[in-house]
Amino acid sequence: MSFVPFDVLDERRKSISKGAPPACEKASLAGAVSQRACVFCGARVVLNPIADAFHLIHGPIGCASYTWDIRGSMSAGSELYRQSFCTDLREKDVIFGGLNKLRAALAEIAQIYRPKVIFIYATCVVGVIGDDVLAAAREAEAAFAIRVIVVQAPGFAGHKSLGYRLAGEALMELVRPAKTSPKVRAINILGDYNLAGETWIVKNYFQEIGLPVLASFTGDSQVDDLLKAPLARLNVVQCAGSMTYLAQKMEEEWGIPWIKASFFGVADTAKALRETVDLVGSKEERAKAEALIARESSQAQKNISPYLPGLAGKKAAIYVGGGFKAISLIRQFKALGLTTVLVGAQTGRPEEYEVIASLVDRDAVVLDDANPSELEAFMREKGADVLVGGVKERPLAYKLGVAFCDHNHERKVPLAGFVGAANFAKEIDLTINSPVWAHVKTAANLDFAGKFVG
Amino acid sequence: MLDQTPKEIVVREGLCVNPLKTCQPVGALYAALGVSRCLPHSHGSQGCVSYHRTLLTRHFKEPAMASSSSFTEGASVFGGGANLKQSVKNIFDVYDPDVIAVHTTCLSETIGDDLNSFIQELDLPDGKIVVHCNTPSYVGSHVTGFGQMVAGFIRYLAQKDAPKIDKIGLFPGFVNPGDIRELKRLLALMNVTAIILPDPSFALDGPMTGTYKMFPPGGTPIADIVALGGVKKVLALGLLASKEPALTIKSRCGVETELLPLPMGVAGTDAFLLKLKELSSQPVPPELELERGRLIDLLLDSHQYFYQKKVAIFGDPDTVVGLVAMALEMGLTPKYVATGTPGEAFVVEAKALFAAHHEPLDGVRIKAGADLFELHQWIKNEPVDLLIGTSYGKQIAKAEDVPMVRAGFPILDRYGHAYHPLIGYPGTRRLAELALGALMDRYDRDCADEDLDVVM
Repeated sequence: MSFVPFDVLDERRKSISKGAPPACEKASLAGAVSQRACVFCGARVVLNPIADAFHLIHGPIGCASYTWDIRGSMSAGSELYRQSFCTDLREKDVIFGGLNKLRAALAEIAQIYRPKVIFIYATCVVGVIGDDVLAAAREAEAAFAIRVIVVQAPGFAGHKSLGYRLAGEALMELVRPAKTSPKVRAINILGDYNLAGETWIVKNYFQEIGLPVLASFTGDSQVDDLLKAPLARLNVVQCAGSMTYLAQKMEEEWGIPWIKASFFGVADTAKALRETVDLVGSKEERAKAEALIARESSQAQKNISPYLPGLAGKKAAIYVGGGFKAISLIRQFKALGLTTVLVGAQTGRPEEYEVIASLVDRDAVVLDDANPSELEAFMREKGADVLVGGVKERPLAYKLGVAFCDHNHERKVPLAGFVGAANFAKEIDLTINSPVWAHVKTAANLDFAGKFVG
Repeated sequence: MLDQTPKEIVVREGLCVNPLKTCQPVGALYAALGVSRCLPHSHGSQGCVSYHRTLLTRHFKEPAMASSSSFTEGASVFGGGANLKQSVKNIFDVYDPDVIAVHTTCLSETIGDDLNSFIQELDLPDGKIVVHCNTPSYVGSHVTGFGQMVAGFIRYLAQKDAPKIDKIGLFPGFVNPGDIRELKRLLALMNVTAIILPDPSFALDGPMTGTYKMFPPGGTPIADIVALGGVKKVLALGLLASKEPALTIKSRCGVETELLPLPMGVAGTDAFLLKLKELSSQPVPPELELERGRLIDLLLDSHQYFYQKKVAIFGDPDTVVGLVAMALEMGLTPKYVATGTPGEAFVVEAKALFAAHHEPLDGVRIKAGADLFELHQWIKNEPVDLLIGTSYGKQIAKAEDVPMVRAGFPILDRYGHAYHPLIGYPGTRRLAELALGALMDRYDRDCADEDLDVVM
């Protein structure tokens, strides 16, 4: 792999490839500046959008502070989930055990808020000192007549993907007591977190087609909605990285089949709607779906076309959490006239990298668990004009003179569905064609006395 | 938003709601970014450093690089020594910093990792340095962690019998790059040469050049930290953030050290300049006198709008104390003063400011170790006219329909704030303008049409 143009660790070389799937599903190297997060983070981001549940973090303060209302998920109902609840363990709690504090916190929650469900997230230290969190949860359930679900999520137990799985287990525990028949003519959406209201867009499509959404895991969800999930005919899984486990379990226990679906881009959205109605829709619903697709895709094309001349021939780099989203983005860029020159994911799966490799040009770089210096070197080498990524990548891109679009928690406009496809074109245009870049370019030619230090 | 917050206050012994602090490691990471060619390293799980980098990036809108020991189940059972060893090798091989600044986490502290011996056993490349500090997340807050990291650099690097130099040492405390730049300006105007530790300007307010450097220029050079032991005197700013570094330089190198509040507000800035005057042979230059005069002029022009306006001030202890001083000088009434960082010294300091301004403490609540839920409950019981504090206060501002001025750390929902100092005369000038603007915008929004006046 001699093409790697700079100093990387030998162990990393296998995770970087050109036009081919890289090695993946490996632990990050100690000492790497990785963009990845931990088990707790994975569990928390999946569960937190359950709006009327109580998300209590049992551990020292940091994990609660850092995950307070950062998800960007919207709720039409309760705003409870946008607050931060924590046992704020102190030194004496770590020495003598944190259980008393946890018990007190559970009692106080019951007294002040009377919630239906409490999720307790046990973080690193609790995993080490061995608080019997389950016992405290059972006590609280008996004493206050509420559901208390424990998520044992010490950060060191693996990476974010394990957290997704733990969240899936917690969701199964939540929903299992609910009734599982009779089935109704409806579907569930899995792995849409209602960032910038995206779940609402998708829900409206299905509503119009005549296949209402029973439960959405977990964007804009309330506990009572989730409890209806076992009655659905089909699970439509959007973020496969976080929700495949839950979909498999729901199939196993309640016989609900599932499909992977992407609502990013006109083509993928149309495909997702068609696949859904093909599986569970009637003839009439298929007709409605076709009508919706025809109307909305033509409207989207109309809204996208003004941006096309400004985007033609530009080069895109993608660095996202899961591989499935990257696949949609490559297609979307192609539709907009951009070439994808770099694709990376924090935690992609082998089969996803296979698809990615089949979609990009032979010399496009594909990386798993990339770190900033790799992103930098390859964006430079490939001459990327725009990077799609998350919060930590944004300033890096700007420093390199590369435009940026947040396709993660900080997106402020919906990028899903037909309307989102048009928004995406606009977002890419506004950053690639910003007038600010002109000043960056002229800076080099100015006859100023002092050059930048360094 | 925050509909569930009840007015009735109950004593809570287990539950923290909407914290007003975060954990030590992020402060340590921030401090380490202020040392030249230093890579901060988090000795713990991978999530920690991801969160810290995200928080700093959201506050400064700049890249914040740091590495992690990436603990696994095995490391948490057998100790993280092997992870640290591997990390240090990988970091010097690939990223090539001059120094790695390790901070611990709740995990590595709880399993009892002994960083002193881990580091002694490292086989380091020539000229490369590894330092560390202990920052368990269950002690203090991010502000304490900042101080611990600065103290860590001193413990490892400051030479005990360093040659005497004609410089002072300046510990700026947990402040923004804009504050550091203001400190540098004041030092230059007062003709005082200083070693500033740490100096996160440039690393976190870097200019757009079209090129990216993993280790931006700027930051305190290692040689300067070594030389700190020989300075005439150390001024340590921020009674909490700089306490540990001040004690460390004093006990290690015997340097005369003075711990001072952040130079915020008119009197705070006056005192700081007089301190610099003692250290310089020169008087305070007219430029600063005129600047002070213009500030007082502004405060006089606008004082009627501040009179009897009640304000809630919240954030980090050193910053909040400075903001309280400013508010009292402007004629605002600080009704609630809160920090999440534990420590009663904060309460004592804040109360002393009230006494100095002959302001009664009746109905005033001052609390360390508070959370924003409690502050919200206070406000529900007795409202205020203005909030001054960090971004998370915006939920209260919206729920109670109170105008808000952002100041402190973290500010995640505004741009450009970190360029502006809160210290010095410009800091008070800016806060006065922001507070006035917020109060006046609110008046204009709420007043009857006949009361809307273009002249205020």
